[in-house]
Amino acid sequence: MQDSVKPDGITPSQTVGPFFKYGLTPTGEYAWNDAFTNSTLTPDVSGDRIRIEGRVFDGDGVAVPDAMLEIWQADVQGRFADPQDKRALPNASFRGFARCGTDKDGNYSFETIKPGAVPDPAGKPQAPHILVAVFARGMLRHLYTRIYFNDEAGNAADPVLALVPADRRATLTAVREASKPVYRLDLYLQGDNETVFFDV
Amino acid sequence: MTFIYPIGSNTAHPLPLSPDYKSSIKRAPNKPLIPMPHTLSELTGPVYGHETVREGDNDLTRQHAGEPLGERIIVHGHVRDEDGRGVPNSLVEIWQANSCGRYVHVRDQHPAPLDPNFTGAGRTVSDASGYYRFVTIKPGAYPWGNHHNAWRPAHIHLSVFGYSFVTRLVTQMYFPNDPLFPFDPIFNSVPDEKARARMVSSFDLENTQPEWALCYRFDIVLRGKDATPMENH
Repeated sequence: MQDSVKPDGITPSQTVGPFFKYGLTPTGEYAWNDAFTNSTLTPDVSGDRIRIEGRVFDGDGVAVPDAMLEIWQADVQGRFADPQDKRALPNASFRGFARCGTDKDGNYSFETIKPGAVPDPAGKPQAPHILVAVFARGMLRHLYTRIYFNDEAGNAADPVLALVPADRRATLTAVREASKPVYRLDLYLQGDNETVFFDV
Repeated sequence: MTFIYPIGSNTAHPLPLSPDYKSSIKRAPNKPLIPMPHTLSELTGPVYGHETVREGDNDLTRQHAGEPLGERIIVHGHVRDEDGRGVPNSLVEIWQANSCGRYVHVRDQHPAPLDPNFTGAGRTVSDASGYYRFVTIKPGAYPWGNHHNAWRPAHIHLSVFGYSFVTRLVTQMYFPNDPLFPFDPIFNSVPDEKARARMVSSFDLENTQPEWALCYRFDIVLRGKDATPMENH
């Protein structure tokens, strides 16, 4: 093992490119197995099971067929499956991470649970939300956004949504269908409806 | 140890819009990114056990009945944080073209042969010191449609996780002294020359295995510094 030498900076990002599918999201189409699926669900997970779906578009409104989304979220009690969350409970086998490549029409979907409220640095509750990392050919660096839910009263007091101009908050808010636990949110990489991306 | 993730470290990355890379023109946001404080959501990240990775997943030359064609190589190094410490238990995924510069992906139309003994995907988890190792085939350069006579320098795609969701990194590892570097808009999307150099592996004679495989070393540096650094060491 080499002694640690202080690096002069981090390794820069490069695009995921057009050909990541067989390595990162093969989903049975290639001779390689999936490390992750588009589901966070485990047999013993508690909380309301939901589906989140939508499409990804470029600046011309054209569907992006070679994007990959990853999500990271808390459990129904607002706790993360990571020992760095000192409050973490042994919440069964729930991990809170999933990955999905878009299809030829730019569609993505996730099967998960509605997360609980997570505290902000001041200890104030954030509204339930899911972190999203967006990767695609043409994106030299992945971008971070969040998914909120339109049926959560806590959105009005959420400290992160408060940083977003009011007329752009809809780009972060998934809308529940009337008859089933399905939320829809389309992502726009550019343009009039451009999704809010965060500098984190 | 408690880590912090200074925003300034991100200046090593390319800007989203890099017009010489044509695909970025319609896929980069026009509006500025919105700054926000890191909350517990950003400061945590998925933790992996070895159940994600099977024995042999880090050897891309042994996934099929026969051996792939091309130059067998070892690629190894450490996943590190910004203070230089190894990052243990980090998932590292790779994918790449074969020795002829052809990807197994159905949409790769480059008229170079596929290799029935090479898929080009692998994964491993860094050990307690942050060390990782792959055995693979040196990928070929290949043409692409970005501009007249455009060729990508040989590279291996890497996906790395680290301690939190904001340490997530997808990058490409290049090989030393590639003559295509000056002409590649993706490599040159990284504005700083020193930062570009951090994407280039180094030839490692010491760990080259006689009569068997050349070795390249590639350290991957993720965001993250100790929140309470010692002033005196």
